[in-house]
Amino acid sequence: MKRLARKDLLDLESVQPDEIRLILDQAAAFREVALRPVKKVPALRGKTVINLFFEPSTRTATSFHLAAQRLSADVLDIKVADSSVKKGETLLDTVATFEAMDLSVLIMRTSHAGSPALVAGHSKASIVNAGDGMHEHPTQGLLDLFTLRQRFGRLEGLEVAVVGDVLHSRVARSDVWGLLKMGASVRLCGPSTLCPASIQGLWPGGRVRVTHDLREALEGADAVQVLRIQLERLQRFLFPSTREYSRLYALTSERLAWAKPGCLVMHPGPMNRGLEISSGVADGPQSAITTQVANGVAVRMAVLYLLAGNDAEAA
Amino acid sequence: MKPEETVAAGRPDRSGAPGAWLIRGARLVDPAAGVDAVCDLLLRDGQVAAVGAAAAAAAGGAQSVDAGGLWLLPGLVDLHVHLREPGQEGKETIASGTRAAAAGGVTTLVAMPNTVPATDSVAIVELVRSMARSQGVVHVLPSAAVTKGRMGAELSEIGDLARAGVVLFTDDGDGVANPELMRRALEYGAMFGVLLMQHCEDKALSNDGVMNEGLVSLRLGLRGWPKAAEAAMAARDIVLAEATGGRVHFGHLSGRQSLELVRSAKARGLRVSAETAPHFFALSDAWLSEHPYDTNGKMNPPLGGEDDRLAVIAAIKDGTLDCIATDHAPHGSLDKAVEFDKAAFGIVGLETSLALTLDCLVHAGHIDAPRAVQLLSARPAELLGLKGIKGTLAPGADADLCLVYPQESWTVDPEAFQSRSRNTPFGGRRLKGRVKRTMVAGRWVYEDGKGILA
Repeated sequence: MKRLARKDLLDLESVQPDEIRLILDQAAAFREVALRPVKKVPALRGKTVINLFFEPSTRTATSFHLAAQRLSADVLDIKVADSSVKKGETLLDTVATFEAMDLSVLIMRTSHAGSPALVAGHSKASIVNAGDGMHEHPTQGLLDLFTLRQRFGRLEGLEVAVVGDVLHSRVARSDVWGLLKMGASVRLCGPSTLCPASIQGLWPGGRVRVTHDLREALEGADAVQVLRIQLERLQRFLFPSTREYSRLYALTSERLAWAKPGCLVMHPGPMNRGLEISSGVADGPQSAITTQVANGVAVRMAVLYLLAGNDAEAA
Repeated sequence: MKPEETVAAGRPDRSGAPGAWLIRGARLVDPAAGVDAVCDLLLRDGQVAAVGAAAAAAAGGAQSVDAGGLWLLPGLVDLHVHLREPGQEGKETIASGTRAAAAGGVTTLVAMPNTVPATDSVAIVELVRSMARSQGVVHVLPSAAVTKGRMGAELSEIGDLARAGVVLFTDDGDGVANPELMRRALEYGAMFGVLLMQHCEDKALSNDGVMNEGLVSLRLGLRGWPKAAEAAMAARDIVLAEATGGRVHFGHLSGRQSLELVRSAKARGLRVSAETAPHFFALSDAWLSEHPYDTNGKMNPPLGGEDDRLAVIAAIKDGTLDCIATDHAPHGSLDKAVEFDKAAFGIVGLETSLALTLDCLVHAGHIDAPRAVQLLSARPAELLGLKGIKGTLAPGADADLCLVYPQESWTVDPEAFQSRSRNTPFGGRRLKGRVKRTMVAGRWVYEDGKGILA
């Protein structure tokens, strides 16, 4: 069987295009599993998968849980309230405890960038980053790529706009790395405080452009990913009001018309309806938002399988 | 308290007379005395007795050390060392920290007051001194907090502490945030001639940042600490120093903007001085790009961009920076083998500062050996009011020195450190320039290959 030649999935920055293709192809196969009456394959039978979530999450935690279950793994969800003030067991001690129980895959969601990488260096288990602070959210990036490829049949040459709080967004980072590796181009758009021009320096070569003008970002775009605006950013003076943000950057039907006809609308969720996206767009015919969720399970099955699957029991 | 009494209060106690030593054939680099030549040095009763031809002539009864091919430097004076005792002895103690100093050629150090409890009273100053006398290997000068408990709310008893011989005051670890309080500290401190060391960080701007704000922080998704946070407080304090006539010393400067501010303040004749730390001329935040989330790259202020690193070197060359101090900040794995956000700020530096200075500045051709000695020894001694006693090997000065083999390349091995802590980004790095022997108050305290002798 084919496997990823890596122990962990920590980011898309270090993942090669061939690996992305392998994951997306495998996800396409697993997408079929979801259509069967018995939505299960034995690929991870006898393996233990732990979902370790230090941040509240409904969609990602559920998606990983279902993915592991559909691969017949034994899966455990652990939700930990994390406080930088509260000093208890260290992260590495927590993980060492799990590992003593013969853990195969540890899925981690945390507010601290780099903590999956820290754990990966100290653990024999496969570590899957399910979002670390402002760093990356690689399976979200992969499911966005999957959704785009499903719609357009290709990724190369696509023009994708990413709109909103790019600065603080792990989704934006994973999307950009993934899109660039697969030959697409990206327009990053948001106010200068949330989408600084300097971020372009991370991706030299001209295929990533920063603009503060939504119309410029949307014109000629094949797809747009709308990012969630977190209200706590208001307290850090990053924009004046939700009203003004909406006036400048909310994706409405009128503005969506600036993009290419049939422009695909994506949102990693959870949405603030009426703030960054109108209900008309979110629920409209161009929206792939629920498709993204459905694809998420298949993509995560592919990742878990390709990292830790039993050799003899392919799907 | 007179300067020599201040020094004596924190000098290691050793029984018996220190004896006499004749060091022959080394290149004596002593810019404070205007000397840079191969010549002999005679030490007797803990002081420099004679230099040059007079040394051999007066060397009756002295033991002799052949130091041909070595550099002989006045012992280094480090203005910025966290010894952690009392309170955090798991990280470092006065015993282990001064051993690390001796191994690095540092013979006098200023102990930072962010102990637990904070060093803000004569009682704690005396505690640190008495431990330094009984367990220390090098001279320890305790500094004291500017504000009670380092809380930034009320002045500590600067007069009482100054009378007890404290010459440097700082809330290091935190800046003095309140501008009015800083103004009064400058005015009040001037009455006693003390040196105020500022940790420049405007916390509203640094905003819980954990590394330099720039492309690397954007890439790693770590909260950025913009260099403007350093420059903003430096700018404010320059304004206050001018308004009050007070004297301010900036600790661990790291950014291009703050260095430009200091340069122009000095050009206007203000009483401003500044230090940097070796990691700021040896590394930039590119180190974290190569070692993502490695907490040995986390310090406060953070490693800057390459433009900041080059600005530090330029400021070393043109005299904007007065000295190099380590900001030796020991931490154990409990505080470093954790998430980057949660890790403590700081790295150890005593055992690598001289080698980094030689390697990155002298051998790299940026400065010559006398300038290096000025930065590491003569100028910090002068800032402490110890001119003629420390930072020079002129006759009558204290017999504090180190012998250095400038051409020896070695690999930094944190496991071999005398310090209790291993938190350094320089592990495995090849450096050219190595401390061979260190003498404190006329006694050899360290020898390469033998370790601590005291």
